[in-house]
Amino acid sequence: MDFLDILAIITTATLYTSAPLVFTALGGVFSERSGVVNIALEGLMLFGAFIGIVSTLLLENKFGEITPWLALLFAAVGSGIFASLHALASITFKADQTVSGVAINFMALGISVFAIKKIFDGKGQTDFIQNRIDKIDIPVLSDIPIIGDLFFQSVPLTSYIAIVLAFIVWFIIFKTPFGLRLRAVGEHPAAADTMGINVIKMRYTAVIISGMLAGIGGAVYAISISGNFSSVTIAGQGFLALAAMIFGKWHPLGTLAAAMFFGFAQALGITGAYIPIVKDLPSAFLTMLPYVLTILALTGFVGRAEAPKALGIPYEKGKR
Amino acid sequence: MSKISTNFTNILIPVFAALMGLLFGALIMLFSGYDPVLGYTALFEGMFGTPRAFGETIRAMTPLILAGIAVGFAFRTGLFNIGVEGQALVGWLAAVWVGVALDLPKPLHVTIAIVVAAIAGALWGFIPGLLKGRFGVNEVIVTIMLNYTALYLTSYLIKRYIFAGNEKSENIKESASLQSPWLSEQFGFSRIHYGIFIALLMAIVMWYILEKTTLGYELRSVGFNKHASQYAGMNVNNNIMYSMMISGGFAGIAGSMEGLGTFGNMTALTHFTGIGFDGIAVSLLGGNTAIGIVVSALLFGGLNSAAPSMNFNADVPSELVRIIIALIIFFVASSYVIKYVISKYSKEDK
Repeated sequence: MDFLDILAIITTATLYTSAPLVFTALGGVFSERSGVVNIALEGLMLFGAFIGIVSTLLLENKFGEITPWLALLFAAVGSGIFASLHALASITFKADQTVSGVAINFMALGISVFAIKKIFDGKGQTDFIQNRIDKIDIPVLSDIPIIGDLFFQSVPLTSYIAIVLAFIVWFIIFKTPFGLRLRAVGEHPAAADTMGINVIKMRYTAVIISGMLAGIGGAVYAISISGNFSSVTIAGQGFLALAAMIFGKWHPLGTLAAAMFFGFAQALGITGAYIPIVKDLPSAFLTMLPYVLTILALTGFVGRAEAPKALGIPYEKGKR
Repeated sequence: MSKISTNFTNILIPVFAALMGLLFGALIMLFSGYDPVLGYTALFEGMFGTPRAFGETIRAMTPLILAGIAVGFAFRTGLFNIGVEGQALVGWLAAVWVGVALDLPKPLHVTIAIVVAAIAGALWGFIPGLLKGRFGVNEVIVTIMLNYTALYLTSYLIKRYIFAGNEKSENIKESASLQSPWLSEQFGFSRIHYGIFIALLMAIVMWYILEKTTLGYELRSVGFNKHASQYAGMNVNNNIMYSMMISGGFAGIAGSMEGLGTFGNMTALTHFTGIGFDGIAVSLLGGNTAIGIVVSALLFGGLNSAAPSMNFNADVPSELVRIIIALIIFFVASSYVIKYVISKYSKEDK
């Protein structure tokens, strides 16, 4: 295999594996920018994968090829609602946000596998779906020599949507009044409150948006990569997205880059057997890489990551 | 609030949370077409119904006590150690490795295996402790990342160095085992092992360190108020490191219970065991106190070990137990509301 073929495999695999991470990590950006820690990303993603697969299985006879897109919509709604539990606990009940996140992760796994067993007669995993998200060749762009082969051939559309979304999120957070309020609430809620911003409402909105995006991320993973759902479909993807968000310093575009990089590391793990130097490395090291890098990033060896100031602190009116 | 009512609240909240968890669990069974009475009867029978069931409950609660005190110790000193899972994996591997590689007389071999497990866990806890103490890095994120690192690293090391095929490590030598045919026979040939005594001993150690030593006093003080402790001349950074190392040490021993007691080897895992995460639930429900942790480990250990028999006898999917545990954490975490109601009520009383 020549160099270009290998490169084409890796770029395609990277676009594949990074899309779920990008969606979920962008969700994390919303939540944490508003000051709510979101360890629940893992569970919200898992719930999205569950809803995505189950609704695809139940609807695909009726709706055929568009089913996966409907499934993404349901996953967004489902995980959005599920995330409101996290919001309720951590904003209204002033629970420790990390603890609440842990509870959500437990609950997502319990409820989805419980439901799977209920729906599919005691089986712990679902059948495989028939309709996956279509791989497409982007017209015109895919005809460009070399670049077309590398980036625009047989990649699921969701991968491109994820990338475009990162720029949209960047615009929302840094260029709109909503984004300014979101950041204000995460940095200094008391000041924001004084300026007439409804802190509670902003945080609820942010957490629910993060749930919706994580749901989409999970469903994209399930529908485009795994093709079915079981208790191990989402195992660590959500935490990896969390890592990408931190590695990207809570910035949408940084998060995009980090998620793509982590996707690349995963892709190397998958396609590593074809690549001369990488194939001699134990694949375990590649799988570990994103996590180790995140620790280094936090420590400041790879540029210091600063969290929003009010992250993790429940807002109490009048408290200084 | 007076001292009595504070104590009352401390007991009331976990009991309330556990009851709410069970209540919601019953509702879930009801709405998904299962019989809650049958389900809970089967669950209870599976926990305590026979000597064997009780033996399995004790077996399941052993690592949970240790994971619970690991989480609880860190909590008491103001740290959130989500990394118990990873520290337990590292301890598990270390214990098994000692059990496989060394050749020593019985009591010495077990003891060394457990001590090495504790050291391994402590080293894994030292990393987030150092990063928090020296660089101010949030320990929650670091420990999550280290969990995955531990998962892949232990799996790699097993396959590379002590692999026996079928995704498992070699078996430990008899001299390193905590298993006891005699004890097992008393409990209907369940997998109960001597580890339970170590776990209970460690619960006492946790209580002793926190309540009776200068170190424990300092650690709790740092947990209450970092700045005041600093001002009082305590070395806050070092205390954070010590706390994470002690917590990691307990977690490492938790892992060794699986390696030396339950299984006698270690699987090259691809997914977490859940011990560390259950430890969070155990510690929270137990109010982060030694005695509370032992009691709630009994509950969660029992729930976990009885889940399959509930599935078998009442046809309820065993994941119901996961949901109940999640709900209990949720309600303990949301205790602000309960406290709020109580404080309002007691104010009106005056």
